[in-house]
Amino acid sequence: MNDDIFEIGGKKLSSRLFIGTGKYASDSMIPKVCKSTGACVITVALRRVDFNAITDNVMQHIPSHMQLMPNTSGARTSDEAIRIARLARATGCGNWIKIEVITDNKYLLPDGYQTAKATEVLTKEGFAVFPYINPDLYVARDLVNAGAVAIMPLGAPIGTNRGIRTEEMINILIDDIDLPIIVDAGIGKPSHACQAMEAGADACLVNTAIATSDNPVLMGKAFADAVHAGRNAFLAKMGVTRQMASASSPLTGFIHNIDEGQE
Amino acid sequence: MSFYSVLEQYQDLDMEKVIGAINQHSVLRSLNKNTLAIEDFAALISQAAVSCLEQIAQKSHDITRRYFGNTIHLFTPMYLSNYCNNRCLYCGFNHDAQIERYQMTLDEVENEAKVIASTGLKHILILTGDAPKKASISYIQSCCDVLKQYFSSISIEIYALDKKEYEILIESGVDGLTIYQETYNKDLYDRLHPTGPKKNYQFRLNAPQRGAEAGMRNVTIGTLLGLDSWRKDIFFTVLHASWLEKNYPETEISIALPRIRPYYGCYQPEYQVSDQDMVQMIIAIRLFLPRCGITISTRERESFRNNTIKLGVTKMSAGSTTAVGGHSLSNVHHNQFEISDKRSVEQMATYLEQNNIQPLFKDWERF
Repeated sequence: MNDDIFEIGGKKLSSRLFIGTGKYASDSMIPKVCKSTGACVITVALRRVDFNAITDNVMQHIPSHMQLMPNTSGARTSDEAIRIARLARATGCGNWIKIEVITDNKYLLPDGYQTAKATEVLTKEGFAVFPYINPDLYVARDLVNAGAVAIMPLGAPIGTNRGIRTEEMINILIDDIDLPIIVDAGIGKPSHACQAMEAGADACLVNTAIATSDNPVLMGKAFADAVHAGRNAFLAKMGVTRQMASASSPLTGFIHNIDEGQE
Repeated sequence: MSFYSVLEQYQDLDMEKVIGAINQHSVLRSLNKNTLAIEDFAALISQAAVSCLEQIAQKSHDITRRYFGNTIHLFTPMYLSNYCNNRCLYCGFNHDAQIERYQMTLDEVENEAKVIASTGLKHILILTGDAPKKASISYIQSCCDVLKQYFSSISIEIYALDKKEYEILIESGVDGLTIYQETYNKDLYDRLHPTGPKKNYQFRLNAPQRGAEAGMRNVTIGTLLGLDSWRKDIFFTVLHASWLEKNYPETEISIALPRIRPYYGCYQPEYQVSDQDMVQMIIAIRLFLPRCGITISTRERESFRNNTIKLGVTKMSAGSTTAVGGHSLSNVHHNQFEISDKRSVEQMATYLEQNNIQPLFKDWERF
């Protein structure tokens, strides 16, 4: 029985692993990964959804119990992101929206300024906004003020699978920002997700590493286990790590000897 | 600043010689780097890299999978008009070609759109010859008004425009520009384009930049492989793509790799480009420009296209015809060039699915 419930955006979630819908060899894999991960939240790029599709449509493969988190991938300005969010809600995808505004196609890094602008507008319209950002404290504070429900800092650039390269910056957000921190992008291995959760992240979003593995169902399970393990370790408050082993002949031991001698 | 000034810096260099002098040690060093410089790209397309093709291919496959997933983006061309004022020696639509000229009416464009849309495709590439008095900007705008009802993304492959004209078409719903330099060899370009507006090398060379400045979301460049030594032309294509990527980071830059497939009666290319050469350029591009789209057209054989899917290619045309109104008109007009892979969209999608690749029909729409 999982009693570690994650409350966010008006929902109670039993899993802290968020998953995606992109990059699968077949969308028919999506329900299987939903099942193997036990995830409750799934993000979907609205630009790829064809609501009038005569061919297969990704939405048909998302189990009805999943909380949809449409994303604005492809948006290059706050205005585009806002239009995508409105369309998502108008087409029945709910009021959760992950804001992705990427103005640099070379590195695929999010634009904090455009993201904050879109967040400000959309929260006023009643959206639960999940902004994807570089782990920048000032941008995160702007997003808090703009009414975001969580902050989604990247661990490394999208698709790189390079792990939590921005660890120090993410730790600052975890310490300083009073919103849930959901680490997104760059997580390439279950151990990376575990590392983020151990550090106190509230959740992780993983797509590429699951979707492009040879066995997405099994990899999804591995990530779910890693997120769970990392979360438990965080809750259990891990022992203090040391740079050096405890010396068997401590340099300051004589102090105690002197004290004892004086007694 | 334009790419032309970058190109001028290379004018005294014999790139074929430079690439030819690269040794295997340089290739291995480039292969093992995470971030490659243009010199590394030169190493990967060198003769010395041929013995490392499998290693490069494995790395290319991994990078492609990370950034693009197990997907291939499908689209198809729609030829609107074959009137042309150019005399490009290699082109079936050139001004002197004894072919029937035709330009679709808007009703015909709509019928053509219906047939293509019925295959599920949402991305269309529209083409015309270079005859602005016939296939004018306003005609293309009217076509876009029709096509917007059927497709979520419209790209153009037409004559080079100025920035203002690109802006007008973007306003009409166009979001992608495909324009080939054909060859970066200026002297050869001059010979291949004896007369016509396309003769202006520099105006064409800077067209992708003008498109990006105007706000095109996607810009695809390329050369017609076989016109010049492929190593030279692909080197400059990639240099150009990399320059565009750096200067217009909001624009998604892609490279298409059309190869002349010689057949009886057509232009006979001076240079041969083998399948191995094609593979080498695909995988080298992927290592140098990890996020760059790479397109392989239906000019290529079915079996070859199938084999390139896992190497680094991200976009493919399918169900193609190179004739005006080729999908719907009963009196099909002349083709610009011969299609080799004649599979329908459905057949292409089925093949991809059977090989664990998801065919992407839609990747953007006008929000």
